[in-house]
Amino acid sequence: MGSSIDFHPAGSVWHDARRRLKRNPLAMIGLAYLIAISLLAILTPWIAPYSYETQNLQLGASAPSADHWLGTDVLGRDLLTRILYGSRVSLMVALAATGVALVIGISWGIFAGFRGGMTDAVMMRIVDILYALPFMIFIILLMVVFGRSIVLLFLAIGMVEWLTMARIVRAQVLHLKQQSFVSAAKVTGLSDLQIMRRHLLPNVVGPVIVYITLTIPGVMLLEAFLSFLGLGIQPPQSSWGVLIAEGVETMEEFPWLLVFPGLVMSATLFALNFLGDGLRDALDPRASMRASK
Amino acid sequence: MTRMVISRLLQAIPVLFLVIAVTFFLIRLAPGGPFDNERQLPEQIQQNLLASYNLDAPMHQQFLDYLGNLSKGDFGPSYRYPNRSVTELIRTGLPITLELAFYAIIIALGIGILAGAIAALRPGTLQDYVPMALAMTGICLPAFLLGPLLVLIFGIWLGWLPVSGWGYSPGDKILPSITLGSAYAAYIARLVRGGMLETLSQDYIRTAYAKGLSTTQVVWDHALRGGLIPTIAFLGPALAGLLTGSFVVETIFQIPGLGRFYVQAAFNRDYTMILGTTILLASLIVIMNLLSDLISIWINPKLRDPSRESSNG
Amino acid sequence: MFSTPHTVLVPFVLLALAGCDLGPSNIESAPKSQILHLGNGTEPQDLDPHVVTGVTENNIITALLEGLVSENPITLAPEPGIAQSWSVDDSGIRYSFKLRDSARWSNGDPVTAHDFVWSWQRMLSPGLAGEYAYQLFTVKNAEAFNRGDIDNFDEVGVKALDTQTLEVVLENPTPYFLSLLAHYSTFAVHPDTIMAFGKMDQRGSLWTRAGNFVGNGPFVLKAWRLNYVVEVERNPYYWDADRVRLNGIRFYPIDNANTEERMFRTDVLHATSTTPSDKIEVYQDQQPDRIFISPYLGTYFYRFNVTRPPLDDYRVRRALSMTVDREAIVNSVTKGGQLPAFSFTPPNTQGYFPPDPLIQFDPVGARSLLAEAGFPEGQGFPKLTLLYNTSDGHRRIAVAIQQMWKEHLNIEIELENQDWKVYLSRTRDLDYDISRAGWIGDYPDPNTFLDMMLGGGGNNRTGWENPDYDALIRQAATTTDNATRFELFETAESILDAESPLLPIYTYTRVALKHPSLRGWYPNVLDRHPYKYVYIAESDEVQQ
Repeated sequence: MGSSIDFHPAGSVWHDARRRLKRNPLAMIGLAYLIAISLLAILTPWIAPYSYETQNLQLGASAPSADHWLGTDVLGRDLLTRILYGSRVSLMVALAATGVALVIGISWGIFAGFRGGMTDAVMMRIVDILYALPFMIFIILLMVVFGRSIVLLFLAIGMVEWLTMARIVRAQVLHLKQQSFVSAAKVTGLSDLQIMRRHLLPNVVGPVIVYITLTIPGVMLLEAFLSFLGLGIQPPQSSWGVLIAEGVETMEEFPWLLVFPGLVMSATLFALNFLGDGLRDALDPRASMRASK
Repeated sequence: MTRMVISRLLQAIPVLFLVIAVTFFLIRLAPGGPFDNERQLPEQIQQNLLASYNLDAPMHQQFLDYLGNLSKGDFGPSYRYPNRSVTELIRTGLPITLELAFYAIIIALGIGILAGAIAALRPGTLQDYVPMALAMTGICLPAFLLGPLLVLIFGIWLGWLPVSGWGYSPGDKILPSITLGSAYAAYIARLVRGGMLETLSQDYIRTAYAKGLSTTQVVWDHALRGGLIPTIAFLGPALAGLLTGSFVVETIFQIPGLGRFYVQAAFNRDYTMILGTTILLASLIVIMNLLSDLISIWINPKLRDPSRESSNG
Repeated sequence: MFSTPHTVLVPFVLLALAGCDLGPSNIESAPKSQILHLGNGTEPQDLDPHVVTGVTENNIITALLEGLVSENPITLAPEPGIAQSWSVDDSGIRYSFKLRDSARWSNGDPVTAHDFVWSWQRMLSPGLAGEYAYQLFTVKNAEAFNRGDIDNFDEVGVKALDTQTLEVVLENPTPYFLSLLAHYSTFAVHPDTIMAFGKMDQRGSLWTRAGNFVGNGPFVLKAWRLNYVVEVERNPYYWDADRVRLNGIRFYPIDNANTEERMFRTDVLHATSTTPSDKIEVYQDQQPDRIFISPYLGTYFYRFNVTRPPLDDYRVRRALSMTVDREAIVNSVTKGGQLPAFSFTPPNTQGYFPPDPLIQFDPVGARSLLAEAGFPEGQGFPKLTLLYNTSDGHRRIAVAIQQMWKEHLNIEIELENQDWKVYLSRTRDLDYDISRAGWIGDYPDPNTFLDMMLGGGGNNRTGWENPDYDALIRQAATTTDNATRFELFETAESILDAESPLLPIYTYTRVALKHPSLRGWYPNVLDRHPYKYVYIAESDEVQQ
């Protein structure tokens, strides 16, 4: 029975998971890439070849060269430097905003789905209301009341991203509630909280990881949009999303301004997905059984 | 089932009321009114304007008046377009956006479910990696990038398709539909694959195999159904979101849909239009989420079991 | 099992099938059909000349309606329009217009002087709340009527002496009055049509819809499809119909400059309303005959909030102004042939030239000014914020200037962008340090720029006030002799330069794309193109 795994001490679950993850080459490549890019982001101020704000208006947009490996943007700023600095913002946004979405979304979804009835109805109607409120006005008001701040940016993104997460988790929980191991757990006299934590949480991890890896590119691009509106980072700072959005504007004239930030971001997302899939498989309580089948 | 639908529709009333009330007062909190322009208007003209739209009345009175008109089905005049009512703006834009969303979702579902299911059947093989890499590429290409790119390739370099419009010249609906659909296709592919892998490892699938059912039967009758659950939960709001998310595509392709109005209304502080589109969006979300929950139940017969607690959410 | 590649290919096969033949393009068929296709910015708010305020609307309304005077397509000098002639008395206050017999509404009714009186009453009615009512405030008692101080329109200085003669009495001699009459807010509308669809002073009645609209211009409204197109076709009743060569015009509201450029490139449009700045160089290199740059009566500038230290010190303001390298901005950032500006009024505004600029790009001088003001080498200079409304173009300029100030003055400036409406209310409430701004002249005269900076004026928005300046501008307003007026303006402008409440950056240009087959389309400072002179040349003329 799948549920029997759950009665192992928690430590061994994580130990098994780590072991399974290590045996997945793609996931390890993804992990290595992510560690590398995070290190680069952290070390940027020491390793960046130029200052991210120094302009050279005479030079303008120039194609990759020995001086500027990835070329320069329309104000003559070094693109490599701007991508490096951009990674700091983008990775942070991805981490923080999805963190908010995860914590609120999962707990909201599990609780609503498991409790059902009136609790569920009220909680999900709140989600509906939040979906429907005009996002743009919300952003404008946030900016007016609090001014520009990166924390606000994380909040604004997290606040919209958790909604779909909550719905997905709840749907999964409704589905799981019908499974025999949950009723079995009820019979054994576990408290609701224990059932949610021990049985439901591990079983929603799969869709959650998939959805998270899906939302991260969306989150990075949303950051660019919000920054454009004035909520996020302020020029002359940059992020991958901002660089890509600007690159699209000049994709015919200066394609490198789109291609390089695009490649870096895509590579990161691929790595995230490899790792995500690996994690999903590794954390899946039944993974070992399927492997042996 | 019927009871659930009725109760959900009843729940929609407080939802809509709260959305209207919160939006009504929020938009009036945002600085800048609908008639603020670059040139400062003489005080008197400003007053005349506000008076002609009942905007000089006390806030609560305006709200009550709005609700009163709303109950008669009157969404009021647009502040931005003085000779159009909000109803007319929505009636003109909505069918176009709906059509665009419909094509997009057909493309997204068709490609997404197929790619996801194919990938999930042989995880860790080329049959998995190729569709998933394509899906990832789709996710990495947001509409504001994919749209201009497709236009450049098929509209300008190859000259096969028009670069703009909607129903004005042959083939002009193809590029916008693909642009809007592709990101959703990628999402769906990933979600279906994830959901199916989850389901394929469940006990009852193994039972089904044990009963001697063929792979096709197992996949079609069981795995795909279970595998679609996260997708369907995602689709409810996504469909409603298509209406507003179509803004980018409508702008790139010069399509006279509702998405452009929805976004511009906020920037124009076109209060009545913001409210009108928000009410529409809220209704759609209620309906779509209800539909998506109903489909989940339909796909997953166990949830229908009357002996169990009704899933009322 | 299905194989993935095939399914992925399906849309592409569809593409290829659908894309076989797109037929002749708009441009190709135009010499025969004489249909002009224009990119026209945003969706028009309305087509009621007394309600709307925008350039987009102007472009359409001038096809549908004509004022007492029309404009020379090159110089914009007033030319006879619905009025065939006019005279003004020696005081410069009393005008008399003679309407032409042949002027007709598009339903065949004659255009009368009474129509103009009725229309001006409508424009000035408090109930209509026309935002451009102030364009008529030069007319005697017009402002009082608009404010509701007087109810009797007979007291306002406009009268029909007979069906063909209109008399106008002004408050003060106003040298640019005739130019105002080419502005749509002073046009006549057809009274019976307005009344058929609502009250005289009702906003947003349905009279402006296709089928309802009755005009007196070279074209009539044929179709108005929301967010897609406004179509006009020839008006056989137009008094000068013989001169009109176009059979129709289609105005497309296109918000996105890149979309518009792509439509132009695929022969959908004859001319665009703007050009993405990064495309300008490409066209100049490859298709210089398609880029259309005209000077524009407008100034791009920054405002200083002079009520906030340290910007209350003119030396600080001048130092900031002297370290903006305008040449670099117009050459490397905006790239549209804009002129670096050192004074507020654009040069050669109807023959007026601002005084020799006091301010030049001079980082050394600026540093010593800043040191005098108490910030040697930028030390102790507070972190000011530069506010601009959300737009790529404004951001690029702001980032470039931010860097110039850092480099030349060693000061840090923070950038803040807000959406248009928030930006407007912040500048109005003086809730900013430095803000981006632009000003486009309403009529070709220096007054349209310089009266903005009157103390306490609604568009001043800097907190700056100078009694000498105000006195000079007010004196100019009542002076009839142009040479004397210009001298007054020059003196006033030198005060403005010395005090520097504004930081002029460049004089605008309009950069549009224009197909070579489009003829009779001349550059002028208001970017107006009277359509009766426009036509599309034969295709063999196009080949160059």
